[in-house]
Amino acid sequence: MNAAAETIGITLNDAPHALAVPATLQGLLSQAELAQRKGIAAAVNGEVVPRSAWAMRALAEKDRVLVIRATQGG
Amino acid sequence: MSPSPLVIAGVEFSSRLFVGTGKFSSGEIMRRSLEASGTQLVTVALGRVRTGGEPDDILGHLDTARYRLLPNTSGTRSAREAVLAAELAREALETNWLKLEIHPDPKYLMPDPVETLEATELLVKRGFIVLPYVHADPVLCKRLEEAGAAAVMPLGSPIGSALGLESRAFLEIIIAQSRVPVVVDAGLGAPSHAAAALEMGADAVLVNTAIAAAGNPVAMAEAFRLGVEAGRTAREAGLGGRASAGAPARASATSPLTSFLGGGAP
Repeated sequence: MNAAAETIGITLNDAPHALAVPATLQGLLSQAELAQRKGIAAAVNGEVVPRSAWAMRALAEKDRVLVIRATQGG
Repeated sequence: MSPSPLVIAGVEFSSRLFVGTGKFSSGEIMRRSLEASGTQLVTVALGRVRTGGEPDDILGHLDTARYRLLPNTSGTRSAREAVLAAELAREALETNWLKLEIHPDPKYLMPDPVETLEATELLVKRGFIVLPYVHADPVLCKRLEEAGAAAVMPLGSPIGSALGLESRAFLEIIIAQSRVPVVVDAGLGAPSHAAAALEMGADAVLVNTAIAAAGNPVAMAEAFRLGVEAGRTAREAGLGGRASAGAPARASATSPLTSFLGGGAP
């Protein structure tokens, strides 16, 4: 491990992101300018994390974050 | 006289036309079409957010004080995926209403009956108001009702096909035996199809492509509103001159219905 180990790699909707540790879901969504958006929901590794728990949800190397919103559909 | 209201899970709807929000050419055309349709329940899909761009969600075009949202689980292929989609929808949209649709095959978008029944059982236990989209299968619809579905949504014909009520004989049986509202979903191509569904005794219809892809979507939405109102009013008035109105033909077995495994009489 080297100095770069102070970051972790996760994916947000399949796109790779590097985050400084300690990393949280709230931090990731703030960095991606999504934290303030209404009408979205987030899951980590297939588990929904309610908005009220984003700040407490720590992220680890290789976590898969999914963020969805409503779109057109029948 | 205005037709009687529809009640699903304790919520009253004066409009029996549900409208999907797919395929509209713009948010403004969609907004005006929904208004012309008189609908009170609109479906939305879920999609991944795009990061780094403009907010691309649909909610800015929907007056949620006026329309109840019915998020769907389109894009899921199994009960497991549908449960995750349902929980994401509940978190994002603050509703526990759900149009459950599970179609593993994107070519024909045929709903998977096995996964849909399993997902209905799981989601009802988790407090969702589940409206499953299924084939016009009377046995499946009964099983979904027993599992706690708030309504059933059998298809009239393949989604987007505009073929109308190809499943009529099966819809009639579903309507005759259902104790939950029956919403005919998919395949309705013209207001006359919607009117026929309501005349037949369907409690409501869900229309999307036929409005959104019309030459004039706003006018077509109005035409569907009128078709649904005409069909429901006719149903309540009692159709004359039809001995069998509302009573599906009974099946006539080609194999003997003996109780060869024991138990009660067939």
